[in-house]
Amino acid sequence: MANLRKTYGDVVAVDDVSLTITTGECFAILGPNGAGKTTTVEILEGYRSRDSGEVSVLGVDPAHGGRSWRAQLGIVLQSARDLGDITTHEAVAHFATYYPAPADVDTTIASVGLTDKAAARISTLSGGQRRRVDVALGLIGAPQLLFLDEPTTGFDPQARREFWVLLQQIKAGGTTIMLTTHYLDEAEALADRVAVIAAGRVIALDTPDQIGVGEDDSVEVSWRQDGRMHREFTTSPTSFVGELAAVLGGEIPELVIRRSTLEDRYLALIDQAQSSTS
Amino acid sequence: MPTAWRIGRGRISLELRQFFRDRESAVFNFALPVLLLIVFGSVFGGQDLGGTDVSFAQYFVAGMIASGILYTSFQNLAISIPIEREDGTLKRLRGTPMPKSSYFMGKVGTVVVAYVAQIIVLITVGRVFYGLAIPTELSAWVTFAWLSALGLIACTLLGIAYSVVPRQGKGASAVVAPVVLVLQFISGVFFIFSDLPTWMQNLASVFPLKWLAQGMRSVFLPESAAALEVSGSFQLPLVALVLSAWCIGGAIAAVVFFRWSPRGTN
Repeated sequence: MANLRKTYGDVVAVDDVSLTITTGECFAILGPNGAGKTTTVEILEGYRSRDSGEVSVLGVDPAHGGRSWRAQLGIVLQSARDLGDITTHEAVAHFATYYPAPADVDTTIASVGLTDKAAARISTLSGGQRRRVDVALGLIGAPQLLFLDEPTTGFDPQARREFWVLLQQIKAGGTTIMLTTHYLDEAEALADRVAVIAAGRVIALDTPDQIGVGEDDSVEVSWRQDGRMHREFTTSPTSFVGELAAVLGGEIPELVIRRSTLEDRYLALIDQAQSSTS
Repeated sequence: MPTAWRIGRGRISLELRQFFRDRESAVFNFALPVLLLIVFGSVFGGQDLGGTDVSFAQYFVAGMIASGILYTSFQNLAISIPIEREDGTLKRLRGTPMPKSSYFMGKVGTVVVAYVAQIIVLITVGRVFYGLAIPTELSAWVTFAWLSALGLIACTLLGIAYSVVPRQGKGASAVVAPVVLVLQFISGVFFIFSDLPTWMQNLASVFPLKWLAQGMRSVFLPESAAALEVSGSFQLPLVALVLSAWCIGGAIAAVVFFRWSPRGTN
Protein backbone atom coordinates (compact mmCIF):
# COMPACT_ATOMS: atom_id res chain seq x y z
CA MET A 1 0.00 0.00 0.00
CA ALA A 2 1.25 3.47 -0.79
CA ASN A 3 0.25 6.89 0.53
CA LEU A 4 -2.93 5.57 2.09
CA ARG A 5 -5.21 8.29 3.43
CA LYS A 6 -8.60 8.24 5.16
CA THR A 7 -10.47 11.06 6.88
CA TYR A 8 -13.75 11.24 8.78
CA GLY A 9 -15.01 14.80 8.48
CA ASP A 10 -12.17 16.88 9.88
CA VAL A 11 -10.52 13.95 11.60
CA VAL A 12 -7.60 12.39 9.77
CA ALA A 13 -7.59 8.71 10.75
CA VAL A 14 -4.87 7.59 8.34
CA ASP A 15 -2.66 10.35 7.01
CA ASP A 16 0.01 8.81 4.82
CA VAL A 17 0.77 5.14 5.28
CA SER A 18 2.97 3.15 2.90
CA LEU A 19 3.87 -0.48 3.70
CA THR A 20 4.89 -3.62 1.88
CA ILE A 21 4.24 -6.97 3.51
CA THR A 22 6.08 -10.01 2.20
CA THR A 23 4.61 -13.47 1.73
CA GLY A 24 5.14 -15.71 4.74
CA GLU A 25 6.09 -13.01 7.22
CA CYS A 26 4.34 -11.98 10.39
CA PHE A 27 3.90 -8.24 10.28
CA ALA A 28 2.72 -6.26 13.30
CA ILE A 29 1.23 -2.79 13.36
CA LEU A 30 1.85 -1.24 16.73
CA GLY A 31 0.43 2.01 17.99
CA PRO A 32 -1.61 3.70 20.68
CA ASN A 33 -5.41 3.65 20.64
CA GLY A 34 -6.77 5.92 17.92
CA ALA A 35 -3.50 5.87 15.96
CA GLY A 36 -5.18 4.50 12.83
CA LYS A 37 -4.25 0.81 13.18
CA THR A 38 -7.75 -0.59 12.81
CA THR A 39 -8.69 1.85 10.04
CA THR A 40 -5.59 0.86 8.06
CA VAL A 41 -6.24 -2.84 8.47
CA GLU A 42 -9.94 -2.50 7.68
CA ILE A 43 -9.06 -0.77 4.41
CA LEU A 44 -6.83 -3.74 3.57
CA GLU A 45 -9.63 -6.14 4.51
CA GLY A 46 -12.05 -4.32 2.19
CA TYR A 47 -14.35 -3.13 5.01
CA ARG A 48 -13.64 0.56 4.56
CA SER A 49 -13.13 2.81 1.59
CA ARG A 50 -10.05 5.01 1.33
CA ASP A 51 -9.83 8.64 0.27
CA SER A 52 -6.59 8.23 -1.66
CA GLY A 53 -3.58 6.01 -2.05
CA GLU A 54 -2.78 2.75 -3.80
CA VAL A 55 -3.54 -0.59 -2.16
CA SER A 56 -2.98 -4.10 -3.42
CA VAL A 57 -3.72 -7.16 -1.27
CA LEU A 58 -2.81 -10.49 -2.91
CA GLY A 59 -2.72 -8.58 -6.18
CA VAL A 60 -6.24 -7.13 -5.83
CA ASP A 61 -7.53 -3.69 -4.83
CA PRO A 62 -9.59 -4.46 -1.67
CA ALA A 63 -12.23 -1.93 -2.74
CA HIS A 64 -13.06 -4.25 -5.66
CA GLY A 65 -12.23 -7.64 -4.14
CA GLY A 66 -14.70 -10.35 -5.11
CA ARG A 67 -15.53 -13.71 -3.58
CA SER A 68 -12.45 -15.52 -4.90
CA TRP A 69 -10.27 -12.80 -3.35
CA ARG A 70 -12.10 -13.04 -0.02
CA ALA A 71 -11.66 -16.82 -0.08
CA GLN A 72 -7.88 -16.31 0.25
CA LEU A 73 -8.17 -14.12 3.34
CA GLY A 74 -8.82 -15.00 6.96
CA ILE A 75 -10.06 -12.20 9.18
CA VAL A 76 -10.13 -12.26 12.97
CA LEU A 77 -11.95 -9.15 14.13
CA GLN A 78 -11.84 -7.34 17.44
CA SER A 79 -14.41 -8.39 20.05
CA ALA A 80 -16.92 -10.53 18.19
CA ARG A 81 -19.81 -11.69 20.37
CA ASP A 82 -21.88 -13.56 17.82
CA LEU A 83 -22.67 -17.28 17.42
CA GLY A 84 -23.28 -17.79 21.16
CA ASP A 85 -26.02 -20.41 20.69
CA ILE A 86 -23.96 -22.45 18.21
CA THR A 87 -21.34 -25.04 19.12
CA THR A 88 -17.69 -24.71 18.10
CA HIS A 89 -17.94 -27.60 15.66
CA GLU A 90 -21.19 -26.33 14.11
CA ALA A 91 -19.71 -22.87 13.58
CA VAL A 92 -16.45 -24.09 12.02
CA ALA A 93 -18.24 -26.66 9.86
CA HIS A 94 -20.72 -24.01 8.70
CA PHE A 95 -18.08 -21.46 7.76
CA ALA A 96 -16.18 -24.18 5.88
CA THR A 97 -19.07 -24.28 3.36
CA TYR A 98 -18.28 -20.69 2.28
CA TYR A 99 -14.89 -21.62 0.81
CA PRO A 100 -13.90 -23.45 -2.37
CA ALA A 101 -11.07 -25.42 -0.71
CA PRO A 102 -11.56 -25.33 3.06
CA ALA A 103 -9.27 -26.91 5.62
CA ASP A 104 -10.47 -30.00 7.49
CA VAL A 105 -12.94 -29.03 10.24
CA ASP A 106 -11.67 -31.35 12.98
CA THR A 107 -8.03 -30.64 12.18
CA THR A 108 -8.66 -26.89 12.37
CA ILE A 109 -10.47 -27.22 15.70
CA ALA A 110 -7.60 -29.35 16.98
CA SER A 111 -5.02 -26.83 15.75
CA VAL A 112 -6.55 -24.11 17.92
CA GLY A 113 -6.70 -26.50 20.88
CA LEU A 114 -10.49 -26.74 21.15
CA THR A 115 -11.10 -30.43 20.46
CA ASP A 116 -12.48 -30.79 24.01
CA LYS A 117 -14.84 -27.88 23.43
CA ALA A 118 -16.01 -28.87 19.95
CA ALA A 119 -19.49 -29.78 21.20
CA ALA A 120 -19.80 -26.84 23.62
CA ARG A 121 -21.92 -23.81 22.81
CA ILE A 122 -19.69 -20.84 22.13
CA SER A 123 -21.44 -18.74 24.82
CA THR A 124 -20.11 -21.15 27.46
CA LEU A 125 -16.45 -20.68 26.48
CA SER A 126 -13.92 -18.46 28.26
CA GLY A 127 -12.62 -15.29 26.59
CA GLY A 128 -9.46 -17.02 25.42
CA GLN A 129 -11.34 -20.04 24.08
CA ARG A 130 -13.79 -17.76 22.29
CA ARG A 131 -10.90 -16.02 20.56
CA ARG A 132 -9.59 -19.42 19.47
CA VAL A 133 -12.94 -20.06 17.80
CA ASP A 134 -12.51 -16.74 15.96
CA VAL A 135 -9.07 -17.86 14.83
CA ALA A 136 -10.45 -21.25 13.74
CA LEU A 137 -13.11 -19.41 11.68
CA GLY A 138 -10.34 -17.25 10.21
CA LEU A 139 -8.31 -20.35 9.29
CA ILE A 140 -11.02 -22.67 8.00
CA GLY A 141 -10.81 -21.27 4.47
CA ALA A 142 -7.07 -22.17 4.37
CA PRO A 143 -6.14 -18.51 3.82
CA GLN A 144 -2.89 -17.21 2.38
CA LEU A 145 -3.16 -14.12 4.52
CA LEU A 146 -4.55 -13.93 8.05
CA PHE A 147 -5.53 -10.62 9.65
CA LEU A 148 -5.70 -10.42 13.44
CA ASP A 149 -6.93 -7.20 15.05
CA GLU A 150 -5.77 -6.92 18.68
CA PRO A 151 -6.24 -10.64 19.18
CA THR A 152 -5.24 -10.95 22.85
CA THR A 153 -6.86 -7.86 24.39
CA GLY A 154 -8.41 -8.89 27.69
CA PHE A 155 -6.43 -12.13 28.02
CA ASP A 156 -4.75 -13.25 31.21
CA PRO A 157 -0.95 -13.71 30.88
CA GLN A 158 -1.06 -17.48 30.53
CA ALA A 159 -3.78 -17.38 27.88
CA ARG A 160 -1.71 -14.85 25.93
CA ARG A 161 1.39 -17.06 26.00
CA GLU A 162 -0.68 -20.03 24.76
CA PHE A 163 -2.22 -17.89 22.04
CA TRP A 164 1.21 -16.78 20.87
CA VAL A 165 2.29 -20.40 20.52
CA LEU A 166 -0.80 -20.97 18.37
CA LEU A 167 0.06 -18.02 16.12
CA GLN A 168 3.68 -19.20 15.82
CA GLN A 169 2.38 -22.57 14.62
CA ILE A 170 0.11 -20.90 12.08
CA LYS A 171 3.02 -18.86 10.80
CA ALA A 172 5.21 -21.96 10.62
CA GLY A 173 2.49 -23.44 8.40
CA GLY A 174 3.27 -20.76 5.81
CA THR A 175 0.39 -18.35 6.36
CA THR A 176 1.25 -14.66 6.12
CA ILE A 177 0.03 -12.86 9.24
CA MET A 178 -0.88 -9.21 9.64
CA LEU A 179 -1.38 -8.36 13.28
CA THR A 180 -2.35 -5.18 15.08
CA THR A 181 -1.61 -4.87 18.74
CA HIS A 182 -0.86 -2.37 21.43
CA TYR A 183 1.19 -4.90 23.37
CA LEU A 184 4.91 -4.55 22.77
CA ASP A 185 5.79 -7.97 24.08
CA GLU A 186 3.29 -9.43 21.64
CA ALA A 187 4.94 -7.73 18.67
CA GLU A 188 8.33 -8.79 20.03
CA ALA A 189 7.28 -12.42 20.44
CA LEU A 190 5.49 -12.82 17.11
CA ALA A 191 6.48 -10.32 14.48
CA ASP A 192 9.27 -10.46 11.92
CA ARG A 193 8.78 -6.75 11.30
CA VAL A 194 6.94 -4.02 13.15
CA ALA A 195 5.47 -0.75 11.92
CA VAL A 196 4.76 1.84 14.60
CA ILE A 197 1.83 4.06 13.67
CA ALA A 198 0.97 7.29 15.45
CA ALA A 199 -1.47 9.98 14.36
CA GLY A 200 -2.10 8.16 11.10
CA ARG A 201 1.55 7.96 10.01
CA VAL A 202 4.22 5.27 10.05
CA ILE A 203 6.88 6.64 12.39
CA ALA A 204 9.10 3.56 12.46
CA LEU A 205 9.43 0.34 10.51
CA ASP A 206 11.93 -2.38 11.38
CA THR A 207 12.48 -5.71 13.09
CA PRO A 208 11.33 -5.71 16.75
CA ASP A 209 14.90 -5.68 18.14
CA GLN A 210 15.96 -2.84 15.85
CA ILE A 211 12.93 -0.61 16.00
CA GLY A 212 13.71 2.86 17.32
CA VAL A 213 17.42 1.98 17.70
CA GLY A 214 19.59 4.83 16.57
CA GLU A 215 17.03 7.37 17.63
CA ASP A 216 18.55 7.09 21.07
CA ASP A 217 20.93 4.18 21.59
CA SER A 218 22.31 5.41 24.89
CA VAL A 219 22.44 3.04 27.83
CA GLU A 220 21.19 3.92 31.28
CA VAL A 221 23.68 3.48 34.14
CA SER A 222 22.52 4.02 37.70
CA TRP A 223 24.37 3.63 41.01
CA ARG A 224 24.41 4.82 44.63
CA GLN A 225 26.85 7.53 45.68
CA ASP A 226 26.85 9.82 48.72
CA GLY A 227 23.62 8.30 49.98
CA ARG A 228 21.51 8.92 46.89
CA MET A 229 20.86 7.33 43.48
CA HIS A 230 22.59 8.75 40.40
CA ARG A 231 21.59 8.17 36.80
CA GLU A 232 23.54 8.78 33.64
CA PHE A 233 22.85 8.07 29.95
CA THR A 234 25.87 7.14 27.89
CA THR A 235 26.68 5.60 24.52
CA SER A 236 29.88 4.06 25.94
CA PRO A 237 28.80 2.28 29.14
CA THR A 238 31.89 0.07 29.49
CA SER A 239 34.40 2.93 29.75
CA PHE A 240 31.91 4.97 31.82
CA VAL A 241 31.63 2.18 34.41
CA GLY A 242 35.45 1.76 34.35
CA GLU A 243 35.93 5.43 35.17
CA LEU A 244 33.23 5.26 37.81
CA ALA A 245 34.90 2.24 39.46
CA ALA A 246 38.19 4.14 39.54
CA VAL A 247 36.52 7.18 41.15
CA LEU A 248 34.63 5.14 43.73
CA GLY A 249 37.58 2.80 44.35
CA GLY A 250 36.26 -0.70 43.71
CA GLU A 251 32.76 -2.14 43.79
CA ILE A 252 30.06 0.35 42.66
CA PRO A 253 27.09 0.28 45.07
CA GLU A 254 23.76 -0.82 43.53
CA LEU A 255 25.06 -0.66 39.96
CA VAL A 256 22.46 -1.18 37.24
CA ILE A 257 23.24 -1.01 33.53
CA ARG A 258 20.11 -1.06 31.44
CA ARG A 259 19.90 -1.12 27.67
CA SER A 260 16.68 0.43 26.29
CA THR A 261 13.89 -2.09 25.86
CA LEU A 262 11.47 -2.11 22.95
CA GLU A 263 9.08 -0.39 25.33
CA ASP A 264 11.49 2.52 26.01
CA ARG A 265 12.17 2.98 22.32
CA TYR A 266 8.48 2.69 21.46
CA LEU A 267 7.44 5.25 24.04
CA ALA A 268 10.23 7.59 22.86
CA LEU A 269 8.94 7.27 19.29
CA ILE A 270 5.33 7.97 20.29
CA ASP A 271 6.50 10.92 22.40
CA GLN A 272 8.39 12.42 19.48
CA ALA A 273 5.48 11.93 17.11
CA GLN A 274 3.05 13.56 19.50
CA SER A 275 5.24 16.55 20.29
CA SER A 276 5.87 17.14 16.56
CA THR A 277 2.16 17.11 15.67
CA SER A 278 0.84 19.21 18.57
CA MET B 1 -16.81 -21.41 -5.53
CA PRO B 2 -19.73 -22.97 -3.65
CA THR B 3 -23.05 -21.66 -5.02
CA ALA B 4 -25.07 -18.99 -3.18
CA TRP B 5 -27.93 -21.47 -3.03
CA ARG B 6 -25.86 -24.15 -1.29
CA ILE B 7 -24.44 -21.68 1.23
CA GLY B 8 -27.94 -20.25 1.71
CA ARG B 9 -29.27 -23.66 2.71
CA GLY B 10 -26.50 -23.90 5.27
CA ARG B 11 -27.46 -20.44 6.56
CA ILE B 12 -31.08 -21.56 6.97
CA SER B 13 -30.03 -24.53 9.06
CA LEU B 14 -27.64 -22.42 11.17
CA GLU B 15 -30.18 -19.63 11.67
CA LEU B 16 -32.91 -22.08 12.66
CA ARG B 17 -30.66 -23.62 15.30
CA GLN B 18 -29.94 -20.13 16.63
CA PHE B 19 -33.62 -19.17 16.51
CA PHE B 20 -34.91 -22.17 18.40
CA ARG B 21 -32.05 -22.18 20.93
CA ASP B 22 -32.52 -18.50 21.82
CA ARG B 23 -34.90 -18.10 24.73
CA GLU B 24 -35.86 -14.50 23.90
CA SER B 25 -37.00 -15.28 20.38
CA ALA B 26 -38.89 -18.34 21.61
CA VAL B 27 -40.78 -16.17 24.11
CA PHE B 28 -41.52 -13.39 21.61
CA ASN B 29 -42.56 -15.67 18.81
CA PHE B 30 -44.38 -18.51 20.54
CA ALA B 31 -45.15 -18.03 24.21
CA LEU B 32 -46.47 -14.46 23.90
CA PRO B 33 -49.02 -15.03 21.10
CA VAL B 34 -50.33 -18.16 22.83
CA LEU B 35 -50.57 -16.32 26.15
CA LEU B 36 -52.46 -13.44 24.50
CA LEU B 37 -54.76 -15.91 22.82
CA ILE B 38 -55.59 -17.64 26.08
CA VAL B 39 -56.02 -14.45 28.16
CA PHE B 40 -58.05 -12.41 25.64
CA GLY B 41 -60.01 -15.42 24.51
CA SER B 42 -61.02 -16.38 28.04
CA VAL B 43 -61.99 -12.84 29.08
CA PHE B 44 -63.99 -11.77 26.02
CA GLY B 45 -64.48 -15.02 24.19
CA GLY B 46 -67.85 -16.44 25.15
CA GLN B 47 -70.64 -14.51 23.46
CA ASP B 48 -71.47 -14.63 19.79
CA LEU B 49 -70.97 -11.42 17.84
CA GLY B 50 -74.15 -9.63 16.75
CA GLY B 51 -76.21 -11.63 14.30
CA THR B 52 -73.58 -14.30 13.63
CA ASP B 53 -72.55 -17.65 15.08
CA VAL B 54 -68.97 -16.44 15.48
CA SER B 55 -67.51 -15.90 18.97
CA PHE B 56 -65.04 -13.14 19.75
CA ALA B 57 -62.45 -15.81 20.55
CA GLN B 58 -62.69 -17.18 17.00
CA TYR B 59 -62.52 -13.67 15.52
CA PHE B 60 -59.46 -13.07 17.70
CA VAL B 61 -57.70 -16.31 16.69
CA ALA B 62 -58.01 -15.32 13.02
CA GLY B 63 -56.48 -11.94 13.90
CA MET B 64 -53.66 -13.60 15.82
CA ILE B 65 -52.86 -15.90 12.89
CA ALA B 66 -52.53 -12.73 10.77
CA SER B 67 -50.37 -11.24 13.55
CA GLY B 68 -48.23 -14.38 13.39
CA ILE B 69 -47.04 -13.18 9.98
CA LEU B 70 -45.88 -9.92 11.57
CA TYR B 71 -44.30 -11.64 14.56
CA THR B 72 -42.23 -14.15 12.64
CA SER B 73 -41.16 -11.88 9.79
CA PHE B 74 -41.27 -8.16 10.60
CA GLN B 75 -40.75 -8.32 14.37
CA ASN B 76 -38.28 -11.20 14.28
CA LEU B 77 -36.03 -9.58 11.65
CA ALA B 78 -36.30 -5.99 12.90
CA ILE B 79 -35.07 -7.22 16.29
CA SER B 80 -32.51 -9.85 15.24
CA ILE B 81 -30.73 -7.90 12.47
CA PRO B 82 -29.75 -4.93 14.72
CA ILE B 83 -28.39 -7.43 17.24
CA GLU B 84 -26.36 -9.09 14.49
CA ARG B 85 -25.13 -5.72 13.29
CA GLU B 86 -23.91 -4.95 16.80
CA ASP B 87 -22.49 -8.29 17.93
CA GLY B 88 -20.24 -8.70 14.89
CA THR B 89 -22.26 -11.30 12.93
CA LEU B 90 -22.69 -9.10 9.88
CA LYS B 91 -19.12 -7.83 9.95
CA ARG B 92 -17.74 -11.35 10.21
CA LEU B 93 -19.91 -12.53 7.31
CA ARG B 94 -18.88 -9.61 5.12
CA GLY B 95 -15.27 -10.66 5.65
CA THR B 96 -15.93 -14.11 4.19
CA PRO B 97 -16.70 -15.16 0.60
CA MET B 98 -20.36 -15.77 1.58
CA PRO B 99 -22.62 -14.11 -1.04
CA LYS B 100 -24.94 -11.52 0.51
CA SER B 101 -27.94 -13.25 -1.06
CA SER B 102 -27.18 -16.35 1.05
CA TYR B 103 -27.60 -14.29 4.21
CA PHE B 104 -31.08 -13.18 3.14
CA MET B 105 -31.96 -16.72 2.10
CA GLY B 106 -31.14 -17.77 5.64
CA LYS B 107 -33.48 -15.11 7.00
CA VAL B 108 -36.33 -16.03 4.66
CA GLY B 109 -35.98 -19.73 5.45
CA THR B 110 -36.09 -19.04 9.19
CA VAL B 111 -39.15 -16.80 8.78
CA VAL B 112 -41.06 -19.47 6.83
CA VAL B 113 -40.27 -22.27 9.28
CA ALA B 114 -41.02 -20.12 12.34
CA TYR B 115 -44.30 -18.99 10.75
CA VAL B 116 -45.45 -22.52 9.98
CA ALA B 117 -44.56 -23.62 13.54
CA GLN B 118 -46.41 -20.67 15.04
CA ILE B 119 -49.50 -21.16 12.87
CA ILE B 120 -49.69 -24.81 13.92
CA VAL B 121 -49.55 -23.76 17.59
CA LEU B 122 -52.17 -20.99 17.15
CA ILE B 123 -54.59 -23.14 15.15
CA THR B 124 -54.25 -25.94 17.69
CA VAL B 125 -54.97 -23.61 20.62
CA GLY B 126 -57.89 -22.04 18.69
CA ARG B 127 -59.30 -25.48 17.86
CA VAL B 128 -58.95 -26.96 21.33
CA PHE B 129 -60.11 -23.99 23.42
CA TYR B 130 -62.41 -21.93 21.19
CA GLY B 131 -63.90 -24.33 18.67
CA LEU B 132 -62.14 -22.72 15.73
CA ALA B 133 -63.24 -24.57 12.61
CA ILE B 134 -60.37 -25.93 10.51
CA PRO B 135 -61.30 -25.12 6.89
CA THR B 136 -62.06 -28.16 4.75
CA GLU B 137 -62.52 -26.56 1.32
CA LEU B 138 -59.46 -26.35 -0.90
CA SER B 139 -60.32 -22.75 -1.84
CA ALA B 140 -59.89 -21.63 1.79
CA TRP B 141 -56.40 -23.15 1.89
CA VAL B 142 -55.51 -21.57 -1.44
CA THR B 143 -56.52 -18.20 0.04
CA PHE B 144 -54.50 -19.02 3.17
CA ALA B 145 -51.46 -19.86 1.04
CA TRP B 146 -51.40 -16.67 -1.02
CA LEU B 147 -52.26 -14.51 2.00
CA SER B 148 -49.36 -16.06 3.90
CA ALA B 149 -46.99 -15.73 0.96
CA LEU B 150 -47.81 -12.09 0.19
CA GLY B 151 -47.85 -11.18 3.88
CA LEU B 152 -44.54 -12.89 4.59
CA ILE B 153 -42.83 -11.35 1.56
CA ALA B 154 -44.06 -7.83 2.40
CA CYS B 155 -43.35 -8.06 6.14
CA THR B 156 -39.95 -9.74 5.67
CA LEU B 157 -38.85 -6.89 3.39
CA LEU B 158 -40.31 -4.31 5.78
CA GLY B 159 -38.51 -5.98 8.70
CA ILE B 160 -35.20 -5.83 6.80
CA ALA B 161 -35.82 -2.13 6.08
CA TYR B 162 -36.99 -1.33 9.63
CA SER B 163 -33.88 -3.02 11.07
CA VAL B 164 -32.03 0.30 10.60
CA VAL B 165 -34.35 2.03 13.09
CA PRO B 166 -33.10 0.51 16.39
CA ARG B 167 -29.88 2.30 17.27
CA GLN B 168 -28.62 -0.59 19.36
CA GLY B 169 -29.22 -4.30 19.34
CA LYS B 170 -29.99 -4.30 23.03
CA GLY B 171 -33.07 -2.05 22.95
CA ALA B 172 -34.32 -3.21 19.55
CA SER B 173 -37.39 -5.01 20.89
CA ALA B 174 -38.49 -1.77 22.59
CA VAL B 175 -38.68 0.08 19.26
CA VAL B 176 -40.13 -2.81 17.29
CA ALA B 177 -42.72 -4.52 19.50
CA PRO B 178 -44.82 -1.34 20.06
CA VAL B 179 -45.27 -0.94 16.29
CA VAL B 180 -46.74 -4.42 16.09
CA LEU B 181 -48.85 -3.85 19.21
CA VAL B 182 -50.36 -0.58 17.95
CA LEU B 183 -51.14 -2.18 14.58
CA GLN B 184 -52.88 -5.03 16.39
CA PHE B 185 -55.04 -2.54 18.32
CA ILE B 186 -56.14 -0.58 15.25
CA SER B 187 -56.29 -3.39 12.70
CA GLY B 188 -59.07 -5.56 14.11
CA VAL B 189 -57.02 -8.06 16.11
CA PHE B 190 -57.76 -7.07 19.73
CA PHE B 191 -61.08 -5.35 18.90
CA ILE B 192 -63.76 -5.93 16.30
CA PHE B 193 -62.61 -3.79 13.38
CA SER B 194 -66.08 -2.45 12.51
CA ASP B 195 -66.47 -1.21 16.12
CA LEU B 196 -63.45 1.09 15.82
CA PRO B 197 -63.77 4.82 15.06
CA THR B 198 -63.68 5.60 11.35
CA TRP B 199 -60.40 7.55 11.52
CA MET B 200 -58.74 4.56 13.13
CA GLN B 201 -60.11 2.24 10.46
CA ASN B 202 -58.79 4.57 7.77
CA LEU B 203 -55.38 4.72 9.40
CA ALA B 204 -55.20 0.93 9.77
CA SER B 205 -56.18 0.51 6.11
CA VAL B 206 -52.81 1.94 5.10
CA PHE B 207 -50.91 -0.92 6.78
CA PRO B 208 -50.79 -4.62 5.88
CA LEU B 209 -52.09 -6.11 9.15
CA LYS B 210 -55.69 -4.91 8.68
CA TRP B 211 -55.83 -6.68 5.30
CA LEU B 212 -54.09 -9.79 6.55
CA ALA B 213 -56.56 -10.09 9.46
CA GLN B 214 -59.50 -9.56 7.12
CA GLY B 215 -58.18 -12.22 4.77
CA MET B 216 -57.55 -14.69 7.61
CA ARG B 217 -61.13 -14.18 8.82
CA SER B 218 -62.34 -15.22 5.37
CA VAL B 219 -60.30 -18.42 5.77
CA PHE B 220 -61.11 -19.39 9.35
CA LEU B 221 -64.59 -17.95 10.02
CA PRO B 222 -67.89 -19.08 8.50
CA GLU B 223 -69.37 -17.17 5.57
CA SER B 224 -71.86 -15.42 7.88
CA ALA B 225 -68.95 -13.55 9.55
CA ALA B 226 -68.67 -11.37 6.45
CA ALA B 227 -71.53 -9.38 8.00
CA LEU B 228 -69.03 -8.18 10.62
CA GLU B 229 -66.84 -6.50 8.00
CA VAL B 230 -67.25 -2.78 7.37
CA SER B 231 -68.13 -3.37 3.71
CA GLY B 232 -70.12 -6.53 4.41
CA SER B 233 -67.59 -8.65 2.50
CA PHE B 234 -63.99 -9.88 2.95
CA GLN B 235 -62.81 -7.94 -0.14
CA LEU B 236 -60.22 -10.57 -1.10
CA PRO B 237 -59.21 -8.93 -4.42
CA LEU B 238 -58.54 -5.67 -2.58
CA VAL B 239 -56.56 -7.57 0.11
CA ALA B 240 -54.36 -9.08 -2.62
CA LEU B 241 -53.88 -5.69 -4.23
CA VAL B 242 -52.86 -3.87 -1.02
CA LEU B 243 -50.48 -6.66 0.05
CA SER B 244 -48.87 -6.74 -3.40
CA ALA B 245 -48.34 -3.00 -3.19
CA TRP B 246 -46.64 -3.48 0.19
CA CYS B 247 -44.37 -6.16 -1.32
CA ILE B 248 -43.16 -3.63 -3.87
CA GLY B 249 -42.88 -0.84 -1.30
CA GLY B 250 -41.07 -3.18 1.09
CA ALA B 251 -38.60 -4.24 -1.59
CA ILE B 252 -37.74 -0.63 -2.37
CA ALA B 253 -37.44 0.26 1.32
CA ALA B 254 -35.21 -2.76 2.02
CA VAL B 255 -32.86 -1.92 -0.82
CA VAL B 256 -32.73 1.78 0.07
CA PHE B 257 -32.44 1.56 3.85
CA PHE B 258 -30.70 -1.71 4.71
CA ARG B 259 -27.12 -1.42 5.91
CA TRP B 260 -24.49 -3.94 6.96
CA SER B 261 -22.53 -1.75 9.35
CA PRO B 262 -23.67 0.28 12.37
CA ARG B 263 -24.30 3.97 11.89
CA GLY B 264 -21.22 6.19 11.96
CA THR B 265 -18.85 3.61 10.50
CA ASN B 266 -17.73 3.32 6.93
